[in-house]
Amino acid sequence: MIIIKSKEEIELIREGGFILAYVLKKLAEFIRPGITTWAIDKKVEEMIREKGARPAFKGYKPRFASEPYRFATCVSVNEEVVHGLPSKKRVLKEGDIVSVDVGVLYKGYYSDAAYTYSVGEVEERIKLLLEVTKSALYKGIEKAVIGNRVGDISYAIGSYVKSYGFNPIKDYCGHGVGKHLHEDPSIPNDGEPGKGEPLKEGMVIAIEPMVAIGSGNIMLKNDGWTAVTSDGSYSAHFEHTVAIFRDGPKILTPWDI
Amino acid sequence: MAKKPKTIEMAGTIIEALPNAMFRVELENGMKILAHVSGKIRMNFIRILPGDKVKVEISPYDPTRGRIIYRL
Repeated sequence: MIIIKSKEEIELIREGGFILAYVLKKLAEFIRPGITTWAIDKKVEEMIREKGARPAFKGYKPRFASEPYRFATCVSVNEEVVHGLPSKKRVLKEGDIVSVDVGVLYKGYYSDAAYTYSVGEVEERIKLLLEVTKSALYKGIEKAVIGNRVGDISYAIGSYVKSYGFNPIKDYCGHGVGKHLHEDPSIPNDGEPGKGEPLKEGMVIAIEPMVAIGSGNIMLKNDGWTAVTSDGSYSAHFEHTVAIFRDGPKILTPWDI
Repeated sequence: MAKKPKTIEMAGTIIEALPNAMFRVELENGMKILAHVSGKIRMNFIRILPGDKVKVEISPYDPTRGRIIYRL
């Protein structure tokens, strides 16, 4: 069931989204070769709590998992696609890319966003992957207007990514967000235009393209959470929480500004 | 955090074991589908025999095929 939010509710999601955007922006200064993914998680949690909000992932049990999540962030390095577990053993090195996915719970409302950072200098091909994935997110957001359907967003993302020879990950998708961390509808990263749920005023959705240089097929690691590309190719992930208004989509987690 | 696209979960009964760890499953609603066994069940060496009640996950894209995720 899709939950439509009032203007007041969207305002509260936006307040939390601002905290989230601030955290992701600040994190860019913190990420450098030599730090662990564990340190990233601790830093994010500290910043969220400083602002009087709560990390939404901690203790959250998605439908696909067998146990609640133990961390504030999902930190996925290189070939890891999403839901990487922060670890004291995983040290970032020059040339890595690291996606940090964060959820914030503030005044009873959830927001969700992710950013893929490059650690030091990265290869040209990987730089392109990051650019294309980020642009794909905005291509998708452009289509989040009243009168369109979910498939229009999916198609915009999928077709754009494939035009560069990359592939969207099909096993995970974006989602409605607000009252809960995961709500209907699902927002796949590839699809057919004109198909799926119609988009309506007051819907709040998390659009999150996950893109691999290789085939886009994934495997689940033994920890039960971390999704990796099955061919070991690098993958990027960008995400915004977006509200649909009469005059167009509005980004509630503006980490790009 | 990314979500998994929705799949449909249903209970059913194994009616026939086929080669390649495939099974024919009759769902509660009477539909018959072809199902393979999830990795976790294979890893834990859970034997599945005709007559067993199982939980299957069905993809919304192809409702004639499924994945056995649980032996009830």
